[in-house]
Amino acid sequence: MYLLRRGWAELKNEVFVLPSRTAVLAWAIALLALPYAYGDSYVLRIVTITCLYAIFAASWDLLAGYTGQVNFGHALFFGAGAYTSALISLKLGITPWITVWIGALVATAFGVVVGFLCLRLRGSYLSLATLAFPLIALGLLFAFPDFSGGELGVSGLSRLATTVTANYYVALIAMLGAVFALWLIADSKFGLVLHAIRDDEVAARASGINTPRYKLAVFAISAFAAGLSGALLAHYFRVAGPSTLETALSFQVVIWGIFGGVATIYGPVAAVFILYPLTEWLGSFKAFGELRLLIFALIVLLVLLFMPRGLSPWVRDRIETACPRCKQRNRAWRSACRLCGAPLENRGQTTISETPRSP
Amino acid sequence: MIQDILVTGLVNGGVYALLAVGFSLIFGVARIVNIAHTAFYMLAAYCFYMLLVKVGLGFALSGVIAVAAVTLLSVACYWLVIEPVREHEAAVLIATIALALVFQELMLFAFGGHYLGIPSTLDGVASVAGVSIPYQRLLILVVAALMLVATWALLYRTRLGLAIRATANDIEVASLMGMNVNRVAMATVAISVALAAIAGVVVAPVFVVDPFMWLSPLVTMLAIVVLGGLGSLKGSLIGALIIGYVEAITVFALPAGAFLKGAVALSIMVVVLLVRPEGLYGVAFEEER
Repeated sequence: MYLLRRGWAELKNEVFVLPSRTAVLAWAIALLALPYAYGDSYVLRIVTITCLYAIFAASWDLLAGYTGQVNFGHALFFGAGAYTSALISLKLGITPWITVWIGALVATAFGVVVGFLCLRLRGSYLSLATLAFPLIALGLLFAFPDFSGGELGVSGLSRLATTVTANYYVALIAMLGAVFALWLIADSKFGLVLHAIRDDEVAARASGINTPRYKLAVFAISAFAAGLSGALLAHYFRVAGPSTLETALSFQVVIWGIFGGVATIYGPVAAVFILYPLTEWLGSFKAFGELRLLIFALIVLLVLLFMPRGLSPWVRDRIETACPRCKQRNRAWRSACRLCGAPLENRGQTTISETPRSP
Repeated sequence: MIQDILVTGLVNGGVYALLAVGFSLIFGVARIVNIAHTAFYMLAAYCFYMLLVKVGLGFALSGVIAVAAVTLLSVACYWLVIEPVREHEAAVLIATIALALVFQELMLFAFGGHYLGIPSTLDGVASVAGVSIPYQRLLILVVAALMLVATWALLYRTRLGLAIRATANDIEVASLMGMNVNRVAMATVAISVALAAIAGVVVAPVFVVDPFMWLSPLVTMLAIVVLGGLGSLKGSLIGALIIGYVEAITVFALPAGAFLKGAVALSIMVVVLLVRPEGLYGVAFEEER
């Protein structure tokens, strides 16, 4: 009873006070209830894939948005997870429930190696150099087709669960868990250090922060999440092919991340949940089938012209304001700050670095 | 085989140099990482194909019109898409990715995904010291060399070139000295895309034309630019020759070399970056704030 009351108080004081948090809660509940409300297997399939890509986009955001290591080769971790899990489960016959974790761990190892190689690089050099890694891996895969399956990839994998609904819940729970974990990491003291590294690495080092260690750690965490999503998706599609390493996928995640708004975690997730079903939906029309990538690119261009900082910061600035005195975020329609009582007048012009801190 | 490696490396290096110098120029002046750079190269190849095969204009005329049209298009894209979001670096980046996707899909829609062949501009084979070189490849080499010399002359012998170099050096001071920085950036976009378009027109008869032909030179070009040092023209030129030769050696000397040529070239870039993080001729990082 105490726990219930405590939980209700937490909910009321921490979630319902901000429209953005309420929206996130509503969205999570809606996703959990979706198979009961609308159990169409096509819709469930789309949302399953969307969930898994959302993990991928969120992991890119931790690396690129928070730490400023704008990775153009994020598909490397995705592909490493997918191929490792696929090969182990197929060749050794181990259940995918174990191999996805092995895939994620191998992706983590790749992340540490890439991070180590890129420690001295920064800015555009880092972006363009990381672009190379998945292509090196792709070249190796094509050079040894007996091992990797070459063009066709590794097919005939078993799924994690048998029914559509069960697969949906596996993906959904993995997504909610991974995204919430990434958000917690990004919102902790560790995340604060990441902000510092992005904004001014020299100053961070001067303040006694071991920046190389933090950068390696964030490469590892991000690669782990990306590898997990790659492995789960490979088992869902029942094939791990060379498309998991392609430049197009790396660019896709960059588009999701920036479209949703960097350094927010939920922004890229929202972007995936908007853009992926949208492209699938457009593809379901005969007339649009061939044009869907074109329409996708045009939508991205148009949205950017109006919201150059991305979708979610733009929306958040419309529904919430930051208190001028204590920097806590408030509903836009409150007249005084909910914590310190300072009057709120104008819409707060917040920058990316002022993400809400929560206990 | 040695002769093959020498010739192929030189020709590919020339094409890569045209692409990389343009990319480097636009990065140096406007700090735009233009992912759509090779998409313009692809567009020029398509434009050339359409004018030459479908409309039936001569080689020279269709080449000139293709380059001019693509250059105009790039300036229009710059004004419409890049200029409004210039302050937001991330937005510029995905705007160029989205532009490249738009071009790819438009060409896919208009011409279909199959490979299109273009007849050679010059038939016949020249024989130099026992190596037979098709005239078409010689033409590529000559055009690349001419264009690089022309770019050099433009940058170092004209007032516009002076303005471009000044803006690349320090945009704020250039602006204070009365240069119209935006117009300089636009001129740079035009020059750099024109170089890419020329490359597209001359290589179209040698390579096949398809909507995805921009991806593989894009990666090689980025590797070259990073290898040579971002924003350094000399570095781009030398990097292009290095990568051109490395690819040629891999293809001719290694088994399964055609699959590995990208991997080997990119590995060389990674090795160079490990030793010199700023590339061969890049300016060492001052600890920027």
